[in-house]
Amino acid sequence: MKETWEKIRKSPLFLPIVSMVLVLLINLFKDAGFFAIGINNGIISGRLIDVLNRGSEIAILAVGMTLVVAVSAGTDISVGSVMALAACGCCSLLAGYGVTSVTELKYPMIVGMLFGVLLGAVCGGFNGFLVAKMKIQPMVATLILFTAARAIGLLVNANMIVYIRYKPYSYLGNFIPGCPLPTPIFAAIVVIAVVALFLRNTAMGTFIQAVGINSRAARIAGINSTVICWSCYLVCGICAGIAGIVASSRIYSADSANIGLNYEMDAILSVALGGNSLGGGKFNLAGSVIGAYTIQAITTTLLAMGVSTDQAPVVKAIIVVLIVVIQSPIFKEWMAARKAKKVSAGKEITA
Amino acid sequence: MAEENVLITMRDIVKTFPGVIALDHAQLTLRKGEIHALMGENGAGKSTIIKCLTGVYHRDSGEVHMEGVEGNIFNRNTMDAQNIGIATVYQEVNLCPNLSVAENLFIGREPRTAIRTIDWRKMNKQAQKLMDDLDIQVDVTQTLENYSIAIQQMIAIARAVDMECKALILDEPTSSLDDKEVEKLFKLMRQLKAKGVGIIFVTHFLEQVYEVCDRITVMRNGTFVGEYKIEELPRVKLVAAMLGKDVDDLAAIEKSEIDPKKAETLLTAKGLSHKGTIHPFDFEIEKGEVVGLAGLLGSGRSELVRCLYGADLAQTGTETIDGKELKIKNPLDSIKAGMAYLPDDRKADGCIAGLSVRENIIIALQARYGLFKKIPMSKQIEIADKYIKELNVKTASRETLLGQLSGGNQQKVILGRWLATNPKLLILDEPTRGIDIGTKTEIQKKVIELAKKGMSVIFISSELDEMIRTCTRMLIMRDGKKVGELTSSETELTQGVIMNAIAGGEK
Repeated sequence: MKETWEKIRKSPLFLPIVSMVLVLLINLFKDAGFFAIGINNGIISGRLIDVLNRGSEIAILAVGMTLVVAVSAGTDISVGSVMALAACGCCSLLAGYGVTSVTELKYPMIVGMLFGVLLGAVCGGFNGFLVAKMKIQPMVATLILFTAARAIGLLVNANMIVYIRYKPYSYLGNFIPGCPLPTPIFAAIVVIAVVALFLRNTAMGTFIQAVGINSRAARIAGINSTVICWSCYLVCGICAGIAGIVASSRIYSADSANIGLNYEMDAILSVALGGNSLGGGKFNLAGSVIGAYTIQAITTTLLAMGVSTDQAPVVKAIIVVLIVVIQSPIFKEWMAARKAKKVSAGKEITA
Repeated sequence: MAEENVLITMRDIVKTFPGVIALDHAQLTLRKGEIHALMGENGAGKSTIIKCLTGVYHRDSGEVHMEGVEGNIFNRNTMDAQNIGIATVYQEVNLCPNLSVAENLFIGREPRTAIRTIDWRKMNKQAQKLMDDLDIQVDVTQTLENYSIAIQQMIAIARAVDMECKALILDEPTSSLDDKEVEKLFKLMRQLKAKGVGIIFVTHFLEQVYEVCDRITVMRNGTFVGEYKIEELPRVKLVAAMLGKDVDDLAAIEKSEIDPKKAETLLTAKGLSHKGTIHPFDFEIEKGEVVGLAGLLGSGRSELVRCLYGADLAQTGTETIDGKELKIKNPLDSIKAGMAYLPDDRKADGCIAGLSVRENIIIALQARYGLFKKIPMSKQIEIADKYIKELNVKTASRETLLGQLSGGNQQKVILGRWLATNPKLLILDEPTRGIDIGTKTEIQKKVIELAKKGMSVIFISSELDEMIRTCTRMLIMRDGKKVGELTSSETELTQGVIMNAIAGGEK
């Protein structure tokens, strides 16, 4: 019994899960209605479903971000902007340049969506080229698209918000008729599953960690460090592209100024909350995903409690600080030392 | 303590790490004005006891006393240790390569002007004087990275010395120095000794111990074996004390001799060069041959093999293996051609410290198979266990992180990584640097065993006697050029002959 507990406690997922449970517990005491799940008009609804639904984009971004952090000890801060660009590219292609609202598409919907994802991939590839090949610091390299991608998106949209009033376009971001669960949940599951299966069935996970820990030694051992690093940025770009399309489908439009705004921060935070070191190396994909939903749970909780959207970031910041501190090695050491002290003090008393 | 002159005493020191007892009631006594060697195999606890003294680790129990300090000392960090006069220079240089030499010397205690800003002129002047006093020729305003590791090490020592320490700990300071630099360091150590500083000297070089030390403390498996005066402990007894058994005579190793009639060429290189490091050279190695590269530090030994392996891309020349021409664009091409390269800079080029022993062993083989042909876990475990056993790696488990192993065991793991690829040509650059005698012997034996099985080996070592024992042919390197060749069949390979050749005298 004690051994199993010890094993659970040592698992890298222990703290991320505890953080998540903590956030949910607050809800339990504050308003148990948070956990209520109902069915209206053949659709399952409730706050928990809402967390899963709204957290999809962050979870998708967190997947790519985890790899980038692991391989290069840096972050891709352009993902939010790339989301906007992907959405704009997709909508602009489907509506035609300079058209602000359409009900019929110029190309099949899937072509537009794939084009959006492709734009994301191009952005990721560009970031990867700067970081892996040109050895530019990740923060600086991705700063370029952080600033530029959103603007390019606006350019592609001819300075307008493009609306796609074609029903099936909204399916990805909302509901497929007849399906009781919001589609973004499935989108997130697919992305997470594809990446997780790829990591499990190839040597990619080991290679990414090796490059992240010591890229020189990895190269000598026969790993093409440049290509591995580049492909992580590529995957991150693709994830941003997919997240952008999902976000665009939610509002069946491409709003360059707002889609994916500040999402890069949530994505990076997810990685940190997931117990991953931002110093690169070892990583844990599941942790990041849990981190992503924890962030969304915090946001949803605050909104449910009636904290205004303007003030929500303050409370969110406080919670995040607490969670990150709890997971920090210094805090863990301190706790261990305290515990040891207590044990020895207890012994003295009994003696 | 009835004895006089005692500076530091450590008694009954216990330190455990998860699953390992690193120190089991170990002890150490340092006197004023002596150079005290701390000897033992890898994992004997030398570094651990030192780190317990300097506050890097916190001991579980035991007592530390120091002259002039009240009570049982417990240093929480290295700053505490420095404050009571214990300075340390580690094997790996702990300085900031991006700062100037002067900044490195005075970091944290820079001379200030009247308005509390750093007095750069005074700092540079003091730094230059310090360097001149110690006969280290550097420009103190240059950044540290412009200087060789050896010079950096001297600067680290100078920094420790200047902080007016009572005790100086040198943890393998000589492993990256050449003979001349070692001589300088010894001069410095003797000066300090005359001033009454107690010096703890950790090294694997027996010669150096007998040259400079007064006393020896021997440790084994985390315990104290004994403390001896240098004249009371002849070499053989020292080695026996360290190993806990009589030395398995190194001379008993039998070389792998090749029958010239059966000789088959494995690899030939023609006109290979890398700009700035090595001039065009030709190279040939037979199957089952052990070739040594001899030369001083910086003579181009490492650069030659890096060029052969493709760690540094060759800009001119051709390479063939088994008669087939190679196009090497990166190390992976070399691995596929059957080469393996154990780099000299273990920390920077070899260890992937954050991965487990298992992952470190299979990684080169996995790289050779490629990304998509993942080695199944059961196979990975099998391979890892095989080399842990075969090379006698001391590790808590195969999932222990490589960074937690001692230096010699890390080296064995990296050797295992290459053996797992079953190479035709094994390039070993300083495989025995910074590791203990027992492991050194094991590695040398392994090299010869592999050669007898038909593997070709290129062997580089700063210790000539090692190469004499293992190599059948030796290339002499000087200033980035191959300047000569010695074959055991033509001349007897002795230290004298080789040193003469290295120095550029008549053959």
